[in-house]
Amino acid sequence: MYVAVKGGEAAIDNAHKLLANKRRGDVSVNDLSIPQIKQQLSLAVDRVMTEGSLYDQDLAALAIKQAMGDTIEAIFLLRAYRTTLPRFNFTQVIDTSAMRVERRISAIYKDIPGGQALGPTFDYTHRLLDFSLLVEENENDDSHLLKKTDVGIESSISTLSDEATDHLEKYPRVLDFLQQEGLLPASVNSAQAVDDITREPLDYPTSRSARLQQLTRADEGFLLALGYSTQRGYGRTHPFAGEIRMGYVDVSVTVDELGFDICLGEICVSECEMVNQFAGNQTQPPQFTQGYGISFGFCERKTLAMALVDRSLQAKELGEATDTPAASEEFVLSHCDNVEASGFVSHLKLPHYVDFQSELALVRKMRKEYFVKNTENASEDSATTKTQSQYKSEERTNG
Amino acid sequence: MDEPYNFAYLDEQTKRSIRRGLLKAVAIPGYQVPFAGREMPMPYGWGTGGVQVTASILGKDDTLKVIDQGADDTTNAVSIRRFFEKTARVKTTTVTEQASVIQTRHRIPEQSLTSGQIVVFQVPIPDPLRFIEPSETESRKMHALEEYGVMHVKLYEDISHLGHIATTYAYPTKVNHRYVMDPSPIPKFDNPKMNMSEALFLFGAGREKRLYAIPPYTSVNSLDFDDHPFEIQEWDGVCQICESGDSFLDEVIIDDDGTRMFVCSDSYFCEQQKIKKKECKSMLLASES
Repeated sequence: MYVAVKGGEAAIDNAHKLLANKRRGDVSVNDLSIPQIKQQLSLAVDRVMTEGSLYDQDLAALAIKQAMGDTIEAIFLLRAYRTTLPRFNFTQVIDTSAMRVERRISAIYKDIPGGQALGPTFDYTHRLLDFSLLVEENENDDSHLLKKTDVGIESSISTLSDEATDHLEKYPRVLDFLQQEGLLPASVNSAQAVDDITREPLDYPTSRSARLQQLTRADEGFLLALGYSTQRGYGRTHPFAGEIRMGYVDVSVTVDELGFDICLGEICVSECEMVNQFAGNQTQPPQFTQGYGISFGFCERKTLAMALVDRSLQAKELGEATDTPAASEEFVLSHCDNVEASGFVSHLKLPHYVDFQSELALVRKMRKEYFVKNTENASEDSATTKTQSQYKSEERTNG
Repeated sequence: MDEPYNFAYLDEQTKRSIRRGLLKAVAIPGYQVPFAGREMPMPYGWGTGGVQVTASILGKDDTLKVIDQGADDTTNAVSIRRFFEKTARVKTTTVTEQASVIQTRHRIPEQSLTSGQIVVFQVPIPDPLRFIEPSETESRKMHALEEYGVMHVKLYEDISHLGHIATTYAYPTKVNHRYVMDPSPIPKFDNPKMNMSEALFLFGAGREKRLYAIPPYTSVNSLDFDDHPFEIQEWDGVCQICESGDSFLDEVIIDDDGTRMFVCSDSYFCEQQKIKKKECKSMLLASES
C-alpha cells in the first residue's frame, strides 16, 4: 500500500540490468568493436572528444558504445572521466600554421598560396541514401576509394602550380594577408596568463581566453542555433569564412628540467577563422574583425558556429549593441555547456514531492479563499439585482 | 591502492581547493563563494554540488546519511549513498543522530540536529536574486551593496496579487543580518530549523559553481513583513503511519479514485515515532491489565 514511496534499491539494480540489455540489443547481432566506432563513426568520436574536452579516440569510442550512440551522454561520460585525471603540465600553444593539412579552404579568395584542398567533405555530395551500404559485403568493394597511387590528384582544386605548393612546409594563413595590409588587427599574443575554466569558475565579464575555452566545449547544436541567429537578423556581424583548415598538428611540452620542447605526438584539429565587417570608430580606422573557432578532430560545423558566436561576443569590446542573444555574454556562456544543461533539465525527473506538496497546500488555500470571496460577491450582486450570468459575461469581457 | 579512483572520488588537490572555499563560506555566513566545480559521475542537477562538498569533507571515520525528499530510500538518495560506499567505503546510516555528515536534497531532518553534525545541501540555483535579476554581474553587486529592496518588493507583490507570499520552498532568508540566502529548495517549513542551529550547514551548487554556509549558532531569518509574518505549512490531519502531527507530510495517491494518504516525508522520523507510539500503547495496556 505504501509502495509508491519505497523500493529505491531494487529498482535501481533492475534498471541498470535493463539498461545493459538495451545497450547490447539482440545478441545474435555482432558486438560493435571500439576500432569499428573509431574508424567508421569518426565524426561522432571527434564531437565527443571536443565537447568532452579530452583527446582520446579510444575512450571517446568507448563512451559512444556505452552511451548507445547518445552523443551528449557520451560527452558526459568522458568529462566525468577527465575530471579525475591529474594535470602534469601544460603544452606549448599548438601552431596551426604548421598543420599537416587534410582540408583547407577559403571563401574569400579564389586562390591562395598553398591552394584550396577540399579533403574529405560532405559539401558537394548529393544527400542521396547510398543503398549499396545496406549490404555489408559491399563495404569491401574499394573501387570508390582513393588509392595511395592516386596521390597527386588528391582533392586540390588549386590553379597554382603543384610545384609551388608541394614543397610548402607551412600553409600561410589567409588572414595574415589581411593583417599585412592592416585591414585586420594584428593578432597579439597577450601577455596575460591564459584562464583555465576547469580550474577557476567563469567570472563575468570573462576574458577572451575563458570565452574561447567555454565555446570550444559548448554544445554544437546550441552554438549552431546562435550562430544562425546572427546571420538571420539577431545581430549583424557580416561573416565571411576567411579560412577553414583541418589536419594534424604537433603537441609539445617544455620540461623544466631539460629546458627544451619535446614533441609528444600529434592531434587532429579543425580551425575556422571568420572575417567580419566592422565600420570602425573615432579612435580606430575602418577595418575587419574576426571570429575564431577550433575543435578536436573534424568538427567543421562546430568551428564555423563557434567563430560566429566568438565574434558576436566581442560586441562589448567593439562598442556594438549587446541586445541580441548571441551577443549576451552571460546568456551564451552560462547556457552553452550541454553536460550542465542536460543535467539540470533532466533533474526534473527526480522526485519533487516535498516542493510540490508545498505548492499544493498554498494553491488549495488560495482557491478556498477565492471561492469564499466569489460566493460573497455573487450574493452581494444578486442583492443589487445583478444576475449570476450577467456577472459572468462581464467577467469574460473584462478578462 | 588498486582502486582506479582516489578516496571519495576527487583527487586531494581538488578536495583541498573545495575545503578552502568552504572555510571562506563559513567565515562569511550566507555569502556565495565561487569554486572550480568539477564534473562528477552523476548529472548536474542531481546533487553534484552536494556530492563535491561531501567528498571534500568526508574522512574515513565519518558516518554518512543521505536523504532526498526527507527519505533515505528515494532513488537518488540510494544512488548517492552507494557512490560514497563504493568510493570512500565510509559507514552509512539512516539513523539521523548517528550521522556525522548528512547530505540532503529538499529537506532538513525533523529531529533537532546536534553539535558536530554537518548537513550538506544540494543547491540548484544559489542566488536568491536570480529570478529577479538574472545577470550575475548585477546580482553580485546587489549582494555587495546589501541592496535587497527588490526582494521585499517581490514578496509584497505576491501579497497584493494573491493575498499571500507565494514562495513555499526555497524561501529567502537573511543570514547573520547580512546576506540574503537561498536555503535551497527545502519547504519553508524547514527554514526555522536553520536559525541558531547547533549543526553546521554547508551548501554546494555544482553546476553554478558556488559554495555557501551557515555556521552553528547563526541567526537565519525568513524574510517577512510585520503585518504578514512568516508562517510555515500546516496540515489538517496527522501522519497516517505514525500519527505525528508536527512533521512535514507528503501526500500519496493510493487508488484510482484519487484517495489521498498523508505520511511523514522524513522516513526515519516516521519509523521512530511509530516505535514510540507502539511502546506507549503496550505500556498503557500493561498498566491497565
